[in-house]
Amino acid sequence: MSANLSAIFYLISGVLFILALRGLSSPETSRQGNFFGIIGMIIAITVTFLSVGNFSIGFLYVFVFLLIGGAIGSFIAFKIPMTAMPELVAGFHSLVGLAAVFVAISAFINPEAFNLGVPGNIKLASLIEMSIGGAVGAITFSGSIIAFLKLQGIMSGAPITFKGQHLLNAIILISIVVLTYLLCASQSSSLFWILIGVSFLIGFLLIIPIGGADMPVVISMLNSYSGWAAAGIGFTLENTALIITGALVGSSGAILSYIMCKGMNRSFFNVILGGFGATEQASSNQNKEKRPVKSGNADDAAFLMKNASSVIIVPGYGMAVAQAQHALREMVDTLKKNDIKVSYAIHPVAGRMPGHMNVLLAEANVPYDEVFELEEINNDFANADVAFVIGANDVTNPVAKTDPQSPIYGMPVLDVEKCKSVLFVKRSLSPGYAGIDNDLFYKENTLMLFADAKKMTEDITKNL
Amino acid sequence: MEIDPFIFRLSIFILSIFVGYYVVWSVTPSLHTPLMSVTNAISSVIIVGAIIAALANNESNFFSLSSSFGYLAITLAAVNIFGGFLVTQRMLAMYKKKKKEKK
Repeated sequence: MSANLSAIFYLISGVLFILALRGLSSPETSRQGNFFGIIGMIIAITVTFLSVGNFSIGFLYVFVFLLIGGAIGSFIAFKIPMTAMPELVAGFHSLVGLAAVFVAISAFINPEAFNLGVPGNIKLASLIEMSIGGAVGAITFSGSIIAFLKLQGIMSGAPITFKGQHLLNAIILISIVVLTYLLCASQSSSLFWILIGVSFLIGFLLIIPIGGADMPVVISMLNSYSGWAAAGIGFTLENTALIITGALVGSSGAILSYIMCKGMNRSFFNVILGGFGATEQASSNQNKEKRPVKSGNADDAAFLMKNASSVIIVPGYGMAVAQAQHALREMVDTLKKNDIKVSYAIHPVAGRMPGHMNVLLAEANVPYDEVFELEEINNDFANADVAFVIGANDVTNPVAKTDPQSPIYGMPVLDVEKCKSVLFVKRSLSPGYAGIDNDLFYKENTLMLFADAKKMTEDITKNL
Repeated sequence: MEIDPFIFRLSIFILSIFVGYYVVWSVTPSLHTPLMSVTNAISSVIIVGAIIAALANNESNFFSLSSSFGYLAITLAAVNIFGGFLVTQRMLAMYKKKKKEKK
């Protein structure tokens, strides 16, 4: 297949990828969009086979490895529970990163295959591109591994910080630039390996200081990195499909990071530099005096809801942990049978990744037209009778609006306290991720329900 | 003077960033998780590089160092492609079902 023809096909698959993302603008078009994405991928792979045109035994090997990977991927995709989506996405990011590293390595070892020159004398531009692709890929890989371990709970979600951390990171980042420069000057393969190794290291170091609840930002950021790594490799291979895709994914991840940061009213750098807990500890200690709370049981909650005419549900990460989404939907079904209007309010950073709550509710068969974003529903709290907060905490804290001293001041929060009554399902009075007390607990109209989210929801349903 | 093809690729890259910017802003927030999984799948188009690397061998040595890295990259990218698209499909199917039942 001629180079021009295959370039056109790569362009087509790039366009199909754009359409795949475009489809996600609404749930109705999204499935078609995903289909476009699949077609785009099939075109890209087929064209690559045809343009290499080497149908030797090697071709068979390629196919075997493709099928092995495909089988593993399909198995994971069918088996994975929806609550584990953040881990899965982090894991997938690491694979993209590692694949980029491997492609960069093999382009470095065997540049003839890609028309990039000969070993020891690779075209300068290509060398820079593959260094960038390889380095960003390595950072994506090791960063995603840490994110995966933290999300999976294998590694503590608490930020790991040490003295001189930022300085060390800065030195390593500078050394990556210097190494790239030296590599271009000398074409030395040992420098190339050092560059890759150092990039793996900085990936680890960049993510370990970031705490569990900041994971939405981290995952989005790594998503972005995986895109830039792909684009870097795309330049090396002079492949349009890869360049377009890399740019799409890169900007997609960047936008999601921005949305997540805005949802927490924190700057991107503030999140990246880590240690949310560290600086905020002082303010949490001030609020230590005991204040009275009203606590109730499932019976009380059922009574309140039965007499309500509208209920707003505020889910959070705790719902995912307790796997309470199905129980929750059953409770809502019962409420609806009693002619009570129910809607769901979702904060942008609820859960551990963008859109996490939406997927869980969708899994539990909650129709997506009952699920609302913060801006859409925030005014409705004042007219609602009951707010049912399940597994959320900081995102409902009115302190964000009232106390300029608070670390979360200015963060957009759900106006839960405006409801006639608030039911707060929580295991204890312990503060949320930001380490601050939630004023909502002590409000006159708040009833605390101390229990496991799933168990409590089931008990309420029984009492309705 | 002839323009370096690199400039064309750079143009494509920059314009794609803008396309990505506007397309992604139009994605509804409730589909942000599928957005991540599908971007994951499409960024695995890096498999084309892996295939070229794997097939660039002479008849005698199918598992040269560079080919082996190619095979590894193919496997990783394939996990992502199949896994990414299928899990996205699975999620999107859940969103779709609802609409049908309720409307």
